[in-house]
Amino acid sequence: MIVELGHFVLVLALVVALFQASVPVWGALRRDDVLVRLAPRAAVLQFLLVAASFAALTYAYLGSDFSVLNVFQNSHSLKPAIYKWSGVWGNHEGSMLLWVLILALFGAAVALFSRNLPADILGVTLAVQAMIASAFLAFLLFASNPFIRIPQAPFEGQGLNPVLQDPGLAIHPPLLYLGYVGFSIVFSFAAAALILGRVDAAFARMVRPWTLAAWIALTLGIAMGSYWAYYELGWGGYWFWDPVENASLMPWMTGTALLHCAIVMEKREALKTWTILLAIITFSLSLLGTFLVRSGVLTSVHAFAVDPERGLFILVILIAFIGGSFALFAARARAMEGGGLFAPVSREGALVFNNLFLSVAALAVFIGTLYPLLLEALNGAKISVGAPFFNLTAVPLMIPLFVVIPIGQKLAWKRGDLLGALQRLWWIAAAVLCAVAAGAFALGGGPVLALAGIALGLYLVLGALDDIVERSARSGFSHVFARLSGIPRAVFAMAIAHAGVGVMVIGIAATAFEQEKIVSMQPGETIRLGAFNLTLNGLTTEAGPNYASVGARFSLRNETGVIADLTPAKRTYVGRQMPTSEVARYRYGFSEVYLAMGETSEGNRVDLRAYDKPFVLLIWLGPVLMALGGLLSLSDRRLRVGAPKRAARSPQPQPAA
Amino acid sequence: MSTMRVLVLALVLAASSPALAVRPGEQLPDEAQEARARRLSAELRCLVCQNQSIDDSDASLAVDLRRLVRERILAGDNDQAIRTFLVARYGEFVLLKPRFSLQTLVLWGLPGVALVLGAGAAFRLFRRRRAVAEAGGVDEPDMPATLSTAEQEELDRLLAGKPRG
Repeated sequence: MIVELGHFVLVLALVVALFQASVPVWGALRRDDVLVRLAPRAAVLQFLLVAASFAALTYAYLGSDFSVLNVFQNSHSLKPAIYKWSGVWGNHEGSMLLWVLILALFGAAVALFSRNLPADILGVTLAVQAMIASAFLAFLLFASNPFIRIPQAPFEGQGLNPVLQDPGLAIHPPLLYLGYVGFSIVFSFAAAALILGRVDAAFARMVRPWTLAAWIALTLGIAMGSYWAYYELGWGGYWFWDPVENASLMPWMTGTALLHCAIVMEKREALKTWTILLAIITFSLSLLGTFLVRSGVLTSVHAFAVDPERGLFILVILIAFIGGSFALFAARARAMEGGGLFAPVSREGALVFNNLFLSVAALAVFIGTLYPLLLEALNGAKISVGAPFFNLTAVPLMIPLFVVIPIGQKLAWKRGDLLGALQRLWWIAAAVLCAVAAGAFALGGGPVLALAGIALGLYLVLGALDDIVERSARSGFSHVFARLSGIPRAVFAMAIAHAGVGVMVIGIAATAFEQEKIVSMQPGETIRLGAFNLTLNGLTTEAGPNYASVGARFSLRNETGVIADLTPAKRTYVGRQMPTSEVARYRYGFSEVYLAMGETSEGNRVDLRAYDKPFVLLIWLGPVLMALGGLLSLSDRRLRVGAPKRAARSPQPQPAA
Repeated sequence: MSTMRVLVLALVLAASSPALAVRPGEQLPDEAQEARARRLSAELRCLVCQNQSIDDSDASLAVDLRRLVRERILAGDNDQAIRTFLVARYGEFVLLKPRFSLQTLVLWGLPGVALVLGAGAAFRLFRRRRAVAEAGGVDEPDMPATLSTAEQEELDRLLAGKPRG
């Protein structure tokens, strides 16, 4: 009954979305405010309906209702409760329902929190959002219905893929989707601005909080996924340039570019065309990612051709929205020239540089991901494009960008003083190079590229923080604290986010110093790993709720004695043949010892892959700092549309800066 | 209970293991040669996997390929010869870094071309803006040249230091 209700309200949601997609536009064109003002209400209603539908599917999962095909295929009654929850979106149909839920969530959030926007902009934006929602609701109902029943309900379900039974993966998809799909609202704002012909600084200001919110979620989602791959897949890699990863990285790159160029549009009314185009491109890449992941086209073009229904459906949606928005853009692009002037060496110039390199890097990822598919479709030739390609194209493109970040932060708007900026940064660069050289000398050398990477990371961190130091101690040190409190939150936000980039670069560069041991050990045997001794004590077995596991017990020692007991294991889940690996890790500072177990053989011998990974956690601390910077910036009230201004500013006169 | 344990152990041991790509027995005794094998393996695709190099994969084909690479290294082949050998056997598909050819011209060329074109567009943007500024002689084309009466009054009031009222 509840399941049928869930199905029914999903149909209702489609009806509401169709209404929301058409009536407000009609109202805006006829200048009928009553019709336009229906949009926010419809958006909230649509969200409530989709949320009810999502709750119904969750109910079916929690109750292990195996008469529902989707639950039967992806759940098991013995599965722990958290994975019954996460199982809802751990499959195609459920994840598409989550997709639509987040789409509706952003629509409803704009309807509720942006009431002070002009009614026509709000109405048309929500209408465009509802057009996207209608398309995907139709996709759910006609090609991916999660509510289909089985006539003869089986006693037991088939279980969730064991690799997915992990707390990290329980929250990774919702975060990723919040980001991915969150860019839809930015796209809708851009389409509305184009339709109504109102592309101005106010647009940049309106989309800012939403771009930031989506970007924060996407940043955390990608970092979470990378961290999950690191500890779950069992060989300690953190980024594989897999097409599925690339699908989320592309909108992140253009989204980051959008975040930066929207600042230029907001402050200086320049780069309007480009900002709108980036808003469109970013969501188009989100759609493309959904198509790549959900159509099966990645496995092979042939797999796609065998069962093309879903893939074709999304492909049609993709073409309609991307084609439609680009046509709209082409029709209106001429009407939005002009804007503030600026010299190449200026804050704006630095942001243009940022956009150039981020966009070209995104293009490199794009061509690398799609080229094998295109080539196979064109002439049947099968080639592979993997990590080595991206390491030669996208990665080098990031380096000039990183070098320029601290410089750009120091340049003034309109016309900057390059010499002044460099003078201060020379000191930082020189200090960093000396420190790294001294460190390398102490360690007895090291790979040159990795050392350069660490130097670059340190330079980024110090350069970001120097901005705060310089602002707070500009004229002597007597007013440091007064000045610190006077610095806008957005400036702190920028410093933290950019320092995060540096922290991540250090973590990535430090992987060159990792130590790997691939050995076969017998009980009692000890190996040397970095600064530690590792001893195998013996094997152990364990029966979990829905799996059986065999583990190898190790003791990790330093010169003072045993500091940790580590038990990497292999798990075999009920109903699945393929065992999974549970790695064991010991954290010290930002570094980790990482053990993955392999085959066991005669005489309790254990094959082991052991790593000492210095500063590896910085790889994910960096993105967390970036997201933190984003959150801080989001909380800066000055940057919101119509945020109530404080009644009285501080009574004493401010000294001129 | 103990029979259960034995069963569990047997079950786990029977299944083939993931997690360990390169296995201890596969490694070459010479460290430099082994490092070369690893570097080369990272550029070779496990043909039956989804986007995994043979260095990362546990598939039996990946194991065979890793052995093959090490055999060729022991036989004294250089990296290029090993790649050519594998391509002759398995096709271009085996290379994760596609070779530069007519077929991959767009793939390798596009990022560079886009960078040049993008830089050109940015350069033109600055030049056009400067031309506009010099011809028009205005710094802010969007701003009206003079203040409106209301703005002038507000400015006078502010300059005189009077409170709003």
